[in-house]
Amino acid sequence: MPSTYEPIATTTLSSTASSYTFTSIPSTYTDLILVASAANTSGSHDSILIQVGNGSIDTGNNYSRTRILWNGSSRSSASRSSAPNIDYDSMPPSSTNSYCVSVIQFQNYANTNVYKSLLIRNSNDQDYSVASIALWRSTSAINQIKIAGSATSFSIGTTFTLYGIKVA
Amino acid sequence: MSFLPLGFLAASGAAAGDYESIATVTVGSGGSSSISFSSIPSTYKHLQIRGIAKGTVASAALLTGFNGDTASNYNDHYIEGNGSSVVAGYDATSAIIAYGTIAPTAATSVFTATVIDILDYANTNKYKTTRALTGYDSNGSGYMDLNSGLWRSTAAISSITLSPTSGNFAQYTQYALYGIKE
Repeated sequence: MPSTYEPIATTTLSSTASSYTFTSIPSTYTDLILVASAANTSGSHDSILIQVGNGSIDTGNNYSRTRILWNGSSRSSASRSSAPNIDYDSMPPSSTNSYCVSVIQFQNYANTNVYKSLLIRNSNDQDYSVASIALWRSTSAINQIKIAGSATSFSIGTTFTLYGIKVA
Repeated sequence: MSFLPLGFLAASGAAAGDYESIATVTVGSGGSSSISFSSIPSTYKHLQIRGIAKGTVASAALLTGFNGDTASNYNDHYIEGNGSSVVAGYDATSAIIAYGTIAPTAATSVFTATVIDILDYANTNKYKTTRALTGYDSNGSGYMDLNSGLWRSTAAISSITLSPTSGNFAQYTQYALYGIKE
């Protein structure tokens, strides 16, 4: 039986970058999974931002999320609505030699009957870990994904890999 | 190549047949009271269920049972955030495992996203442990859940039933079952 979990694209940054965009994502899969190992170029932690689109990245206030966030001493839940992007914490500075690990699941990303839901898990032992459910209020298929630092750039060595999962 | 649950795959890529689609169920216009996967082969190492779901009522949780067992042979722990507070809880000796909240009927086009990992599902020396990440956001409200579950049986899992606590699954609800090989 052929593999149903396929790598679509991957990159390892050889120079710093403010963002990275996956384009021309085929609609032939059921789910997408974006795996990131990221650090930033500043001296402090930063948030990571996600935007998606069909044909072009949607920069309108069409995103929202509900999250759980925790560190070694506290936990909290917060929501964000009608926002221009999906944000999640946190990305460490590269000076710590630590990279956060993110797994972002785009469920039914090409289903034109539903808004698009993203399940996000990010682990950063230097700061916070987070579990988040995010929404892009569009029934359009996702064929572009942009990932960016909120206030900083991604450091050299940051990796982004996109996988597709296909039902039989 | 190594494979870790919840979709983290080594960048070297999957070899053919490592992660296979077993079955997919999509709910039609009439809705459905449950979704079942049966005759699950024991030839994989782990199982993963991926899906989206919407309910036909204002509030319902997602329930899961194995091999038709409806006795009090299940436990689960959870942590849940609703955008303003976090709660943690434990369901002891229940008849089924609960995984978070299904998107309500009023939230237009919003569906709960779920990934459930069932590790060592065919191992007859172990009780069966599950792990789930599930949630929905409807732009101003929502729930995010992390759950662990236990089926206190050493039987290999051969069938899985998913159902809402009340109402039905709405149209376009879809669950897909995948098998992961060693």
